Amino acid sequence: MSLVSIKTAAPTGPKYWRSLDELAKTPQFREFVEQEFPAHADEMLEGNSRRTVLKLMAASFGLAGLAACRRPVEHIYPTAKGWDNYVPGEKLTYATAVSLAGQVTGLLVETHDGRPTKIEGNPDHPFSQGAATALVQASLLNLYDPDRSKSVLEAGKETSWSAFEATVKSLSLGDGSGLRFLSETVASPSLFALRADVLKKFPKAKWVEYEAFQRNAGRAGAMIAFNEAVSPQTDFSKAKVIVALDSDFLGQDWQTPLPTKQFSSRRHMDSEEDFDKINRLYSVESQFSITGANADHRLRLRGSEIKQFAADLAAALGALPGLNVLNNGTDRRSKFLAAIVKDLKAAGKDSLVITSPRQPAIVHALAFLINQSLGSTAMEFAKSGTQERVEAGVDALKALVGEMNAGQVSTLVMLGGNPVYTAPADLAFASALAKVAASLHLGPDEDETAASAKWHVPEAHYLESWGDAVTSTGVATIQQPMIDPIFGGRTAAEILALVSGSPTTKAHDIVKNYWMSTFPGSHPGETKSVASGKDAVKEITANPAEQAWRKSVHDGIVSGTKPQETAKVTADAKRIAAAWATEPKAAEGGIEVAFVPSASVFDGRFANNGWMQEAPDPINKVVWGNAALISPATAKAKNLSDGDVVTLTRGGLKMEVSVLTQPGQADNAITIALGYGRERCGRAGKDVGFNANLLRSSDAFWYAPNVEIATTGKTYTHVTTQERGLADGMNNRPLYREVDIAEYKKNPKAIEEQSEVPPLHSIYTELNYDKGYQWGMAIDLGSCTGCNACVVACVAENNTPVVGKDQVARGREMHWIRMDRYYVGSEDEPRAVEQPLPCMQCENAPCENVCPVAATTHTPEGLNDMVYNRCVGTRYCANNCPFKVRHFNFLNFHKGDSDILSMVHNPDVTVRMRGVMEKCTYCVQRIQETRIAAKADGRREIKDGEIKTACQQTCPADAIVFGNINDPQSKVSKLKKQERNYAMLAELDIRPRTTYLARLRNPNPELEA
Amino acid sequence: MAAIFPKSSDLIMKVAGALIGLGAVAAISAYAYYSYPAQIDVGYQPVQPVAYSHKLHAGDLGLDCYYCHSTVYKAAFAAVPSTNTCMNCHTKVKTDSPRLEVVRESARTGQAIPWVHIHRLPDYVYFNHEAHLNAGVSCVSCHGRIDQMVEVEQAKPLNMAFCLDCHRDPAPNLRPTEQVTKLAWVPDRDPRAIGEEIIAQKHINPPVNCSGCHR
Repeated sequence: MSLVSIKTAAPTGPKYWRSLDELAKTPQFREFVEQEFPAHADEMLEGNSRRTVLKLMAASFGLAGLAACRRPVEHIYPTAKGWDNYVPGEKLTYATAVSLAGQVTGLLVETHDGRPTKIEGNPDHPFSQGAATALVQASLLNLYDPDRSKSVLEAGKETSWSAFEATVKSLSLGDGSGLRFLSETVASPSLFALRADVLKKFPKAKWVEYEAFQRNAGRAGAMIAFNEAVSPQTDFSKAKVIVALDSDFLGQDWQTPLPTKQFSSRRHMDSEEDFDKINRLYSVESQFSITGANADHRLRLRGSEIKQFAADLAAALGALPGLNVLNNGTDRRSKFLAAIVKDLKAAGKDSLVITSPRQPAIVHALAFLINQSLGSTAMEFAKSGTQERVEAGVDALKALVGEMNAGQVSTLVMLGGNPVYTAPADLAFASALAKVAASLHLGPDEDETAASAKWHVPEAHYLESWGDAVTSTGVATIQQPMIDPIFGGRTAAEILALVSGSPTTKAHDIVKNYWMSTFPGSHPGETKSVASGKDAVKEITANPAEQAWRKSVHDGIVSGTKPQETAKVTADAKRIAAAWATEPKAAEGGIEVAFVPSASVFDGRFANNGWMQEAPDPINKVVWGNAALISPATAKAKNLSDGDVVTLTRGGLKMEVSVLTQPGQADNAITIALGYGRERCGRAGKDVGFNANLLRSSDAFWYAPNVEIATTGKTYTHVTTQERGLADGMNNRPLYREVDIAEYKKNPKAIEEQSEVPPLHSIYTELNYDKGYQWGMAIDLGSCTGCNACVVACVAENNTPVVGKDQVARGREMHWIRMDRYYVGSEDEPRAVEQPLPCMQCENAPCENVCPVAATTHTPEGLNDMVYNRCVGTRYCANNCPFKVRHFNFLNFHKGDSDILSMVHNPDVTVRMRGVMEKCTYCVQRIQETRIAAKADGRREIKDGEIKTACQQTCPADAIVFGNINDPQSKVSKLKKQERNYAMLAELDIRPRTTYLARLRNPNPELEA
Repeated sequence: MAAIFPKSSDLIMKVAGALIGLGAVAAISAYAYYSYPAQIDVGYQPVQPVAYSHKLHAGDLGLDCYYCHSTVYKAAFAAVPSTNTCMNCHTKVKTDSPRLEVVRESARTGQAIPWVHIHRLPDYVYFNHEAHLNAGVSCVSCHGRIDQMVEVEQAKPLNMAFCLDCHRDPAPNLRPTEQVTKLAWVPDRDPRAIGEEIIAQKHINPPVNCSGCHR
């Protein structure tokens, strides 16, 4: 019997490592993995020693005993009138849309008894296709943020809406010569129309759009290339060879799931015919993004050097005549360039070169030119509307600040955004704002800008106000509210209507009037809402425009809107060459600092969002903070180690930040995520991390060259989750598996051969799982990008608590699905791979055998149930779990939740108390809901795909498939039949129901050597 | 050395020990017995804001349960009716009754009537009316003869053992769906035989695993 001495294959394949400590096998790392619950996890919070807690507990037991004699009275409050379609306790789903930095995703929002509880993508919306990004899903928590702005403030003092309205009416705006508007990127058609009216009424007024992460470089690049106002439209599904020049299209460059949907459509290898459609991704970037992690080949270059690379690529492809390929690059760079050129030429129309909004316009122009010369079909252009006196971007903001400082601005209306925080430090926006006589700020939080403006008014969340949003391709959605404004906020359109003195001041009327006027058969000027009951039916059938409006609101797509047609444009190589000639060359030497939007808090607007603060960064796994990411070689050269606080200085700008080594980072380049170091923010986000805007300047908006770096002698603790789940001795086992597609075609057994599974004999009675539904899951590592959408979906669906930085440092984070990230290769040039890890629902579950109270048991359908009300908290199960996916509630993490915050909870899942173990249940509440519905519906069978777990539902890459493995026709069964399907730690005879499909890589053989 | 305690004190000690032991056993048994839901919860009969008689409405007048609790067949929660449902009749019947003043006030103001929740399950239990009623479990199985109660009280313990008894052996508690809300229904033959037929016909297979009810 080989029960004890289980052999695993010697690590013949690539070695996977998670941190530099692991790679170097430092003593700290050994100590970490040997502990089950790291760092004093069984101690209570500081200030409460065990003894005191026991004393307090004894006292409260005594009190509880007395109090329990009376049964508390609980009331049922039925509605007095009753509403149509409302069934108490049942969920209702509404279509709406979110616009994040001008990027639109159509949504379906689940509500329970009038409160939104879960955000999912709208399958009918072209930019969502059912998926939603982590940030968009987490925006739900912002709705219930108890620290949101609650009242109108005049010079920081609470006042009323009527006082604000009176002040606005008393403003003498004249022809608008002193009137300026500052907003975030507008994506709302009704607001476009209102803006046009307002700018007509005030012919000297101007409007500036500014975002910390503005996306106007593409349009500026198009102006260079085509001399026409067009914007690019990319379809990644059409490209077989993609070159991403600094582009993080799978990460933060797009705030919609669309690029991931399109990219992953060529990574699903469902059958052998699919092998030919696999795409190949090259990434050239400074910081390690998830696009770089998903690339087949990655080249480290500083951000400012990308434009030279783009020019060389264009020249080498013959697209930019009269330019010589710069050959002073490193060997690796030249080889990389040559390989790309060859591959792009071979791919022809199936190729795509894409760059980032963080790159200057010339790089976009070069990319457009390259795509044109290759005949690429993956990028097309559409006419983009322009509006007079509306400017966007940091240059426009700089001009506005100039006017403000010169005293030319008497009234500044800020509709959303937090420019005092997000504006680059050299503009000194706050001091310019002080020179404006009347500054009005509409914003969701009492933030830095609210504190500096004369007036601050609360902004309504998009789930509590009417609006609309249009995608960059022209598909419009009505943004319909599900709840009244909790703190009485208003929308940008309402404030604009007030400023312009428009008679229509309610958001609903503004939006409805606008759309009704576009529908055929409308009665202009009609704003009254339709009666209910029989009258409504009569009125709707009589009015086709009303019908169209109702259908638009219901469907989540405005009826009649179609993607706009593409424009035929030709890039002019001469213009681009001329622009290139005047483009300043990248500064050589020194340290370059790059700014990137944070994957967790974006530009700071999610800083008070606990779900996002606690979602680990996809690559460096830092939670609750940011860091100055620096390559291991540069750290060594500058004698810096993790946690050292340094001062970065450039010109008169200065910031303090703590260093963290990031394998794969370009040398002599530091990357700092934006959005942290907020000074005026709610409880969760205040003073978390370091404010990179302090170093940002309008002339070096994304990449700041020649930054001085000086140590301060201080240190700071970064909290990461990167070594979580590692058990001693496990790291040599093939937990993550991948294979080159060329090898897989030759030898389909290549994955299976990576581990040696001995003959297995269970000492327990074998259970029979061949009847009824048998739930299982397959996770395709080939298409998973590691974007964190599943992590946030799970938190929202399963009421997972937020524990805070201090608790994460003690290993007490509660996420039911963990995104493991491994590096492969050297510390300078590693690849990175991502692996989502939920509970594996083992058939021979090791956790079940050790539970002394049978709180975790097996169901006949193969689920590993966790019964919170039975759990006594021995934690034996977590000790015995080889995957470390069980999490213990050390404290009552929901205790501090206010009534408002508690509204976010999903009523279909228990809110767990302290002292119990919890874990992924395969969303058993969804299984039961569907089962009951199927039974009520004539006792039919549950269809394949009818039940979707929360992580599966939202996955932008469709990498997670759940279903009945007993049904040979189900998608999950078919996936599990593939040769690349493998069970993690199969040699332990635990028989996990969740299995992985090994990643199929598609490297270029020329670069592999 | 003379004994400090007389010999008889041995007996006192033994008796005292036995009494303390018995007392402890009795206390534990009493606690276990009286803290059982059958003792604590059965008979819970709070005073409701409106003196509504189920006996009058459901029993004597013969209103179907489903008339007011209209979501039982399609939702987890058997909704308590909105005030409008009461006013369907009471705009015509007993329009001046002082006992209905709370109802009329609710209809006028739109404020909810604060009914007191009687049949309460712990928050970690997910009971679903839809599943049970469509399977053929009658209201009477869990709520008792509501049609005979002037003031509603809890009739069954509604603890886990109570649920499991039926989940393990549902046959005696099943009846044709159309008889589910007929609380006075008496089967014309062996109820188990009827139940077995329904089980076969509807493939009834109630869960006895944890996640059937706990999520």
